[in-house]
Amino acid sequence: MFAAAGFFSSAPVQTALVIAGGAAVVSGAVGVFTIIRGSTFAGHALADVSSAGGAAAFLFGLSPLLGFLGMAAVAAGAMGMAGERRAAERDLLTGIVLGAGLGVTALFLYFDVTSRSTTGAAISVMFGSMFAIPPGMAPLAVSIGAAALVVIGLIYRPLLLSSLDPGLARVRGVPVRLVGGLYLLVLAFAVTLSAMTIGAILSTALLIGPAAAALRLSRRPDFAILLAMAIGIFACFCGIWLAYDSYDWTPGHGWPVSFFIVTIIFVIYLLSGLAR
Amino acid sequence: MFSSFMLNTWIVASMVAVIAGIVGFFVVLRGATFAAHALPLGTFPGAAAASLLGLNPVWGLVVFAGVGVLGISELGRRQRHDVATALTLITLLGLGTLFLSLSSQYSQSVYALLFGEVLGVSRADILPVAVAGGIAAAVILLGFRPLLLSAASPELGAARGVAPRVIELVFLGAVGLATAVALPVVGALLVFSLMVGPAAAARALTARPVLAMAASVVIALGTVWSAIALSFETNWPVGFFVGGLGAGSYALSKTGAAFLNKASRGRTQKTFP
Repeated sequence: MFAAAGFFSSAPVQTALVIAGGAAVVSGAVGVFTIIRGSTFAGHALADVSSAGGAAAFLFGLSPLLGFLGMAAVAAGAMGMAGERRAAERDLLTGIVLGAGLGVTALFLYFDVTSRSTTGAAISVMFGSMFAIPPGMAPLAVSIGAAALVVIGLIYRPLLLSSLDPGLARVRGVPVRLVGGLYLLVLAFAVTLSAMTIGAILSTALLIGPAAAALRLSRRPDFAILLAMAIGIFACFCGIWLAYDSYDWTPGHGWPVSFFIVTIIFVIYLLSGLAR
Repeated sequence: MFSSFMLNTWIVASMVAVIAGIVGFFVVLRGATFAAHALPLGTFPGAAAASLLGLNPVWGLVVFAGVGVLGISELGRRQRHDVATALTLITLLGLGTLFLSLSSQYSQSVYALLFGEVLGVSRADILPVAVAGGIAAAVILLGFRPLLLSAASPELGAARGVAPRVIELVFLGAVGLATAVALPVVGALLVFSLMVGPAAAARALTARPVLAMAASVVIALGTVWSAIALSFETNWPVGFFVGGLGAGSYALSKTGAAFLNKASRGRTQKTFP
């Protein structure tokens, strides 16, 4: 089991650990609010839609960061038009935006495949490839994540109040609409960051799984955020280590890291139900 | 465009559109948009799993769809619904990445499974789509009144002897069945666009249930037919046109309804000053 020689000295593994750890920290903080607000679908949809931007950037040879973030910001703006209405209503608009965004993804991927003859584009855009992150991307990704954390920290109390009880927040003078818009923007950036580096699936997994488990273990939001970050980091590091190790299980062919991380998160979620 | 090799495509796509229009009406009414997205997307790796075991891909899709339906309704007992859906989705997709990586020859078909291969429909695809789609549509139509009642007011439905949990399971089962069979033909993402866009547009146009469901079917048919025609002419993927036309028809009927509302209000004010 401990055959994974050279785990910490491998450069791709180092990059993967930094990026995945950073994504887990940001997703933990944003994820707790996402669950309290019932915006799970929006969180998942933004990750999927932002991949359209990734596919477009791939086609035009732009920086993928620009493509992902631009698309996510546009989608968040469209979803924000629903405002603070009923959850079902918000989900409907999210679904419409998602449908249109996926259509655009299909088109750009088609252009990618026909003009650059890369059949793997669909897979790498949907599932990500953690061990193939260019090292230069790490500082940029970390600074975007830090910015997202700072914004969450600045609007922590009004955001919490307006997530739990929008009516009360409005009475207390909180600009609910503005706070909701800011939250959606932070969500878009956090989700995009992880979708770009670790893939759309893991982005949703890290956003929802640890936060859902943490909220079952602790009712206090600040504890839950710390707990969600810890669970996310634990799942990512174990998953990366297992994926690295799996090159020895089936010779010459590693198992996907997404599989390990998602499985660990799901098991932790199931266990968190026993604790209560 | 209407040559013999395209005939199967037109037939299957029309059937899929009718089913999606019928099922989609309740997807929109019950606010189950996320489940309607998660079931097809979580189901698509089932084809890879089945091919790994040497089975017909349809069985893999049916099994994965069944697991998805059970996962959403079981986890939904103790957890809010959107969270349960997300957890089911990521777990299925996590399993999916494993199967996709193990069966390396399958990576070529991922694009087709996600975005559809409408122009490659064979004669053998018609029967399974017709049977399973017919069952899904029949379940929805037979349960029309209880489904409507429990969507409008779960408490009232429960009081009238309609158990919300049973209704939920039957409804998700119909969605899962419809997606499992339509998926290899039109793609995981297309099934979703087709279920949500036209139904949402129809609901913006009218509040009367039967009329809205009929409108949803008509708009879905229109969307699919024009998408295939456009895709045939431009050679662009059909998923792009379905997604775009779905969102477009929703935006159009939303603004149209708002405009009509304003106009009729203006008229009443003139008549009764």
